[in-house]
Amino acid sequence: MISLDALPVVLRPVGHRRHAGTLGPVDLPEAAATLLGNGMRLALVSGHDDGTSMRAVYLFTSGPPDTRIELHVPLDRSNPQVPTLAKLSFPASRFEREMADLFGIEPVDHPQPRRLVLHQHWPAGWHPMRHESTEPPEMVADAGSFPFVPVEGPGVYEIPVGPVHAGLIEPGHFRFWVVGETILRMKARLWFVHKGIEQLLQGKDIAFGLEIAERISGDTAVGHALAYCQAVEDAQQVHVPDDAQVLRGVLLELERLYNHVADIGALCNDVGFGLAQAWALSLREQLLQLNGEVTGHRLLRGGVVPGGARVRRLPTAADLVEVGDRFEELVELATSNALVMERFAGTATLDESHARDLGVVGVVGRASGLVFDARVAHPFVDMAEGFSPVLHTGGDALARFLVRVDEVRASLALLGDLTNRVGNLHAVVSPGARGVPDHSTGGVGIAEGWRGVVIHRVELDEAGRLARVKVVDPSFLNWPALPVALADTIVPDFPLANKSFNLSYAGNDL
Amino acid sequence: MTPSWPVVSVAAISLLQVLGVLVGGPLLFGLMYKVRCRLEGRVGPPIRQPLLDLRKLARRERTRPEHASWIFPLAPLVLVATTLVIAVIAPLLAAGPAFGWSADLFAVVYLLLLGSVALALGALDTGTAFGGMGASRAMTIGALSEPALLVAILALSVPAHSSNVPVIIIRSLSHPLWLATPERLLALVAFLIVIVAESGRLPVDNPSTHLELTMIHEAMVLEYAGPDLALVRLGGSMRLVVLLALFADLFVPWGIATAPGAGHLAVGLVATVAKVAALGVALAAFEVAMAKLRLFRVPELLAGAFVLAVLAVVSALVMP
Repeated sequence: MISLDALPVVLRPVGHRRHAGTLGPVDLPEAAATLLGNGMRLALVSGHDDGTSMRAVYLFTSGPPDTRIELHVPLDRSNPQVPTLAKLSFPASRFEREMADLFGIEPVDHPQPRRLVLHQHWPAGWHPMRHESTEPPEMVADAGSFPFVPVEGPGVYEIPVGPVHAGLIEPGHFRFWVVGETILRMKARLWFVHKGIEQLLQGKDIAFGLEIAERISGDTAVGHALAYCQAVEDAQQVHVPDDAQVLRGVLLELERLYNHVADIGALCNDVGFGLAQAWALSLREQLLQLNGEVTGHRLLRGGVVPGGARVRRLPTAADLVEVGDRFEELVELATSNALVMERFAGTATLDESHARDLGVVGVVGRASGLVFDARVAHPFVDMAEGFSPVLHTGGDALARFLVRVDEVRASLALLGDLTNRVGNLHAVVSPGARGVPDHSTGGVGIAEGWRGVVIHRVELDEAGRLARVKVVDPSFLNWPALPVALADTIVPDFPLANKSFNLSYAGNDL
Repeated sequence: MTPSWPVVSVAAISLLQVLGVLVGGPLLFGLMYKVRCRLEGRVGPPIRQPLLDLRKLARRERTRPEHASWIFPLAPLVLVATTLVIAVIAPLLAAGPAFGWSADLFAVVYLLLLGSVALALGALDTGTAFGGMGASRAMTIGALSEPALLVAILALSVPAHSSNVPVIIIRSLSHPLWLATPERLLALVAFLIVIVAESGRLPVDNPSTHLELTMIHEAMVLEYAGPDLALVRLGGSMRLVVLLALFADLFVPWGIATAPGAGHLAVGLVATVAKVAALGVALAAFEVAMAKLRLFRVPELLAGAFVLAVLAVVSALVMP
């Protein structure tokens, strides 16, 4: 258990396994240092425009046992400033830059006081999440440019790639500095698909929020819908029936299955082994059809709803056996090809200390020896006996491949167990059973999506509408690890390295 | 020396070879893609699809990079023209003295090289990072595969006392056992590796990838569009046909026409088409089971080809 005696703030219970306390900006670094020192991770930082004042919310989590601690820092609206936590936590430095762009909350003494979300053509001093910023302003040529740090020396040349790529992939700009074929430095510039999702959700009703949550990153419909629904239920103090929790577990694993299978095929395709890609796509199609029968939507939309979950049918034992058999054939095909394994091994290694320092989560973290898995740390359903997170320590593309392989096996076993425990295929609490929403506490939802942990934090207004939704996709935390893993990698291996991370642009850019 | 063949017959052979290479190139690509798709459990586009693509590209507007000079549009022309010259002089369908002494293997190799260099210059001319990157990779691979090819040719020339292709072929036909000698088999493997490398196939290059950063040949031609791209594509497929036909003639020469006359020519045509198609199918099937080598492993593969070629020469010299 965490010792919080030294914490310069009084905590009160506010929601599901969650405590919150309010403190002034000066006390924040000490409180954060205490919590981080107790092994908690900074899961989310959210800016708030409360009208007359502003506020920054820091969510720290750890588990098991599932523990969530929120620090609320009220800020002066005319000059909102927070002391930077960049020296304590790398993710904090990125959250702070995001908050500075969107809310104008300045992180004092930040080591990289540059823009993150807003590109240089947005005028200085315009912060879209502040209430007075309604209409987007005219774009300017260069209001806050952040030039690439040049790399110079004999034989160094630059390769700019993107944001528009060949093939159907999302937009991101990558700048490589290369000697021969070896990458000296790579800088990724994202937020080309920043859509203003968090602002879009403000003032909307909860049902609309679900529609958006399912579409934040199209391949993580269940992960985001689940985190969103949990957050809303936490804020409304709704207790979801056990059957619904089991159904949610089933849907979460189904999403993991089809995405991991697709990734395994795509990894093989990126090293020119098209045969495995063809097999994987065929298996993925089978899984999508199963998804369609289970929820009525091939990407599993509509299964998780606020207050519960509903499906049309469950995957049968025969379904799971058939998928498992075909999957083992696919794995055998890939792993028996020495060329494929040789390409994976040693490519883009992210060692454990870097991964830990950067706050990497999900598949990428578990391939670098970080054991964190929200299914264990923040469980919403009893896992099968003996479920433990898949762990590999290589940190290279091979380890990330193997984590996916082993997670598919674990998901199939988990599905076999969960599907036996469902009594009711339509398990949603009736609207009358909902508690009185406490709009001052908000709610937090944490779900282990297939990429990694997805976190939503929701605050409701008096009318029960969404006042503020903060979304953290695992891609936001994992993107900075990609350039680090590229040290000593050669240019033609970058696409493989990138695919082995397979991060979402839409989920990151929001 | 045997008397020359009638001029009409020589002209007919050259014309057939040129037409065959022009049409056969795209069809060979179509066939290879079809085989790949079928082996992966997919239907795949029709075999004539590359021809339709060429027609589509040829009708498009000519778009060229703003800063490119005259080298850029010239490169595809050089690529196609050098391959056409090979199609005229090389004994693809018929091997007779009619071809005179121009059908020299070294001449053929350097004509191919001329096309590669032209394409690399065209890529550099665009001034883009990808053009330079592709050209640098292609020249690295070319610099390693050319010596292997030349030494392999030397191994074939030693017993025939000539590097003239028809002479080598005719000697092979009259001494069938010679085809199974160690130097032949060693040279065959070296030749095959070079063909794969030169034509940008797996495991050296992946012609179907969309990942710009992994490309070799495709990175060089990224800036080509419309009719220019049609020429680049056509040239690439023609080179593969020429390489495979030469390979077939040198190592499996049976069926090639050794006397003038419509009958001989017909047999030669059928035999060459069948051999090239069979080689193409085999290459496509091989590719399905292959993954792409890490770029820094490619030199090891080509060094292996070079060593095999050197061993072939040694074998040819010590075991006459």
